[in-house]
Amino acid sequence: MKITGAALITGLLERQGIGTIAGIPGGANLPLYDALHASRIRHVLARHEQGAGFIAQGIARASGRPAVCFGTSGPGATNLLTAIADAKLDSVPLVTITGQVPRAMIGTDAFQEIDTYGLTIPITKHNYLVRSASELLEVIPDAFRVAASGRPGPVVVDVPKDVQSEMIEVDTLPAPGTADPPPRGRSEDMAHAATLINNARRPLLLVGAGIIAAEASESLRRLAETASIPIAATLLGLGAIPDGHPLFVGMVGMHAARYTNLLLEECDVLVALGVRFDDRATGKAAEFCPRAKILHVDIDASELGKIKQPFLGIEADVAEWLGALLPRVTPYPRVEWLTRLRQLRRMHPLATPGADDPLQPYGIIRHTAALVGDEAIVTSDVGQHQMWVAQAYPFARPRQWLTSGGLGTMGFGLPAAIGAALAAPERTVVCFTGDGSLLMNVQELATAAEERVHVKVILLNNGHLGLVRQQQQLFYGGRYSASRFHAEPDFAAIARGFGVAAYDLGGTGDPLVQLACALRAPGPCLVNVPIAAAENVYPMVPPGAANRDMIDGGIHVDIRA
Amino acid sequence: MLTSAPETTNSSPSDTLGAACSGSVLRLLVRNHPGVMSHVCGLFARRGFNVEGILCLPIGDGMCSVILLVVNEDERLEQVIRQLRKLQDVIEIHRKPEARNVFAALTKLSTW
Repeated sequence: MKITGAALITGLLERQGIGTIAGIPGGANLPLYDALHASRIRHVLARHEQGAGFIAQGIARASGRPAVCFGTSGPGATNLLTAIADAKLDSVPLVTITGQVPRAMIGTDAFQEIDTYGLTIPITKHNYLVRSASELLEVIPDAFRVAASGRPGPVVVDVPKDVQSEMIEVDTLPAPGTADPPPRGRSEDMAHAATLINNARRPLLLVGAGIIAAEASESLRRLAETASIPIAATLLGLGAIPDGHPLFVGMVGMHAARYTNLLLEECDVLVALGVRFDDRATGKAAEFCPRAKILHVDIDASELGKIKQPFLGIEADVAEWLGALLPRVTPYPRVEWLTRLRQLRRMHPLATPGADDPLQPYGIIRHTAALVGDEAIVTSDVGQHQMWVAQAYPFARPRQWLTSGGLGTMGFGLPAAIGAALAAPERTVVCFTGDGSLLMNVQELATAAEERVHVKVILLNNGHLGLVRQQQQLFYGGRYSASRFHAEPDFAAIARGFGVAAYDLGGTGDPLVQLACALRAPGPCLVNVPIAAAENVYPMVPPGAANRDMIDGGIHVDIRA
Repeated sequence: MLTSAPETTNSSPSDTLGAACSGSVLRLLVRNHPGVMSHVCGLFARRGFNVEGILCLPIGDGMCSVILLVVNEDERLEQVIRQLRKLQDVIEIHRKPEARNVFAALTKLSTW
């Protein structure tokens, strides 16, 4: 069979099980879009390549499988960079296929030529510049293998236009790329780890994105319940264990509840599973868990000892490792430590003022959660609203919570929500956002309207870059530099202009009735929620400080007291 | 990339030789294609690791190359090696302290 390189790509993508691709066509990927015309793959036309990248990320994060986005050369590729870098830092399997100028024009500063390969080296797991159509037979399956193997991540395949058009004789297509077998921890380490856990007096589990990537939630719950070990989560580990579980103690770090950071101060063994000791989680790393021996399990060996030297570091798939560990763990009620946990929780709980009021941050979050239930998927943008949601949303299951953790990309929330809704059309997808973040990819409201996705944008609108304003208030003497938006757009009118239904809770109607109405109606909508500009996220650990040094409402309280 | 190479101002060839010959040598077996040097050098640059010397040659039928890197022997070396192992084009990594001789011989280049 004689086909073009482009048709070979779409054929191989179909064999990979790719059902939906987000992207934007342009000069250098026209052959690819021509092949897509004849393919059964659904294409979602984003309005900016960054949107396409985050739509694909939403698909990948919601499903756990690699997702694909397309962009053309030059600005198409540069616009994709933020979404690719975001996928790298949060370990999201993303395969980006970009058009490139024809081979003979590479290196000539041709129209829309940019060194996509060079630009994407530092932000991908691996990248390829394809030099002939026959290379595609190897490169496309390999791209999926790399994206899905070990610690997942993004891969870029840059394909010159003439390679897309090149005719190639193909007899049989290669097998789809699949993840390599994960590393197995050494058996002597397993015995050592079990002894460490069995002998611990005040152990604590700290779980991150790795638990969710490994689908290890069930084993995690069994370990925690068998040995009575409390579980704390990083921002990306939320949902690994249901919020209401008695052993769950919430998110660690900069905006943790006071009792959570206190427990980390007191624990004697920290069992860190699929985490990378990000500075927003650890605070000053040298003073993180000062009394604890750290048992660190990660599928990426380079994370072991990168930030914190573990007492025992194990390179393994955390699901397999937990499965092998469980029979060696001694059931133990651990009365003293759990009593201490309950005492600290009672003394230093997460304060959620205004949780009943839908026009206050915690209130709109709690009311939305109650209305959409555990089946909904929740995305966020980046800023104060993201931290309020992380603190207060009752996450019930893995892959329910999609947020930009490592790169902290404002503009993530809306396109990621569209992707999640495409991957799980039966679910409601709620996107919590802020007035700063939403504008960074607001054009994707057009995509949401076009695809009629069930995405509910809840806009916490304070007319500010809220987390910037908060830091200027707390750490820069109240000198508010460029954190206030003096022109405040009418977001409801903007949404309607894009063909998206809109509600304004600041109007005359009953806000709860309007919220329920918005969340119940099919298709996309936007709910504008006016929030007081002076609202801050508390507690807060100042950047660079130890986690014990939390400030709260401007009053410094030393938790060591 | 090689801005961290030994300072040569006012230094005799033997000083340069000393700097290039201290530290450890890593021997990387890599797939030979136009991007592989960018991957290796880019990793050192963005992780803030110093490379004191570098040598690259294709071997066998040219499908693979060997890259020799002179690196500082400090507590970060293990992290460097673990990051290098993650590069898809790196097939093998070995520590080769004896390869310092190769670089010692090459320091004569500085007087050409």
